[in-house]
Amino acid sequence: MIDVKKIREDFPMYKENLKMQGHPLVFLDNAATTFKPEPVLKAVESYYYHTSNSHRGDYDLAYDVDVQVLETRKAVKRFINAKSENEIVFTAGASMSLNLVAYGYGAKYLKEGDEILLTEAEHASNILPWFKVAEMTGAVIKYIPLTKEGRLTAENVKKTIGSRTKLVCVAHITNVLGYVNDIKEIAKVAHEAGALISVDGAQSVPHIKVDVQDLDIDFLSFSGHKMCGPTGIGILYGKYQLLDMMDPFLSGGGMNAKFEMCGNVSYLKPPAKFEAGTQNLEGIYGLRAAIEYLEKIGMENIEKYEKELKIYAVNELKKLDNVIVYNPESESGIITFNVKGVFAQDEATFLNSKGIAVRSGQHCAKILNDFLGTVATVRASVYFYTSKEDIDELINVLKSGGDFLDAYFA
Amino acid sequence: MPISLSPQMMRQIIMDHYDNPLFKHEPKDDSYQSLHQHSDNCIDDIMVYVKVENDIVVDTCWTGVACTISTASTDIMCGLMNGKKAQEARYIYDQYIKMIHEEPYDDSVLDEAVVFMNTSKQAARIRCATIGWDALKDILDEGHNHEPR
Repeated sequence: MIDVKKIREDFPMYKENLKMQGHPLVFLDNAATTFKPEPVLKAVESYYYHTSNSHRGDYDLAYDVDVQVLETRKAVKRFINAKSENEIVFTAGASMSLNLVAYGYGAKYLKEGDEILLTEAEHASNILPWFKVAEMTGAVIKYIPLTKEGRLTAENVKKTIGSRTKLVCVAHITNVLGYVNDIKEIAKVAHEAGALISVDGAQSVPHIKVDVQDLDIDFLSFSGHKMCGPTGIGILYGKYQLLDMMDPFLSGGGMNAKFEMCGNVSYLKPPAKFEAGTQNLEGIYGLRAAIEYLEKIGMENIEKYEKELKIYAVNELKKLDNVIVYNPESESGIITFNVKGVFAQDEATFLNSKGIAVRSGQHCAKILNDFLGTVATVRASVYFYTSKEDIDELINVLKSGGDFLDAYFA
Repeated sequence: MPISLSPQMMRQIIMDHYDNPLFKHEPKDDSYQSLHQHSDNCIDDIMVYVKVENDIVVDTCWTGVACTISTASTDIMCGLMNGKKAQEARYIYDQYIKMIHEEPYDDSVLDEAVVFMNTSKQAARIRCATIGWDALKDILDEGHNHEPR
């Protein structure tokens, strides 16, 4: 059971009764980023009270940092059920993780005419690196068709996949429409065709239980800041033998075992191979606290609660004649809508003037909006600390209609 | 523009320019300089065209996708600038930017553009209210020799 009132006591953003434009803050942009609970803030701060670098000191203080870094790796391993903590690579965030798959694996192994399968619903970070890799290698990008609701199905993957397909790169939960893709089935289809599957978990890992062994996926990318953790820290999970085959994206200190001036270099084994330079240690400390916090609440509880909230919101929105909801059937807590006759950005500004934070625009998934037939949408997205009252406030403001220019003249 | 312009009239002016922009069209010929502008935090993606002859802004127009604020502000700008000497146009631009940033400004040259005096209430939208204006300023300053589209 989720007790929102009690949970909010852990979050300074709620405890301090923040106001926006004179109204109590209603934060409905959790797909963009999330609030941080006290334990995360404390963990980040704790690093600076016992500062040292990791894996390069001969003294106790440095050893202690190494221990903490390893503890975070183990926490991530447990959280996504990886086989080993050596399959957990620290990155700057999901975008960097996705780039690492593209450049570290794709650029190295793809050949001319090989195929990379994407969908039109992917985030830019899961598309643009592949454009570049296709350019570098002569590989070809193909799009798996979506259903008319914008959903990805294993059946359509099966229809699109071929003998030249080497990689299937798709989101677990899409960031505009919020459909939960059947990754387990899609992974099976990919593997049967001899392809690998790289999953963008930015919108799924924070919200539902993700088990990389059960799904049998090859890569998983996600960000700390979308799951109550700090910004600037993310994870790339990869099956160990794949990580071992890959090239690092960055080279430098902390990732080489030894090198000679003539150019002979031997790299450390994964994950250290990918972690050149001093890591985001405060971020690593904070990420562990975030994972422990989410585990305490329970991912099953979070998923169930957000689903209820989504259904509630959609039912209430459906009662309004002036609102179009684009994804009433999607399973996650992402609600994409427009107010009839009002440009998405103008509606979002109007909601801002009432203290409600939503995201408007193309949400980085630029291709998708061609598919949806609208240039821009408003996105409201919930998390486990979102209350029913937050939804009611959104509905009330949308119901009262008002003139969106009130934002400037009221 | 009279100071007595009521908020209701201001809204009406913005909506009129949004619903029926007067200068949202392709340039008449190849003699225009143009600048593409887009916004990081809004969907605005516009092209501004300016024809300058003998240091006079002979004609301006624009095309593209834009929100209400950027549509109306760019459209009003075109109407205001057409026929002005480049120097006058720069002065009008400066007054407009001062108004947007809540600094003292000369409202006598801004005409309908004063309807954007409250933009700073929604700080995230300042870019929308200035995107077309900045394009004109850049073209005047740098004489952009972008290929006419």
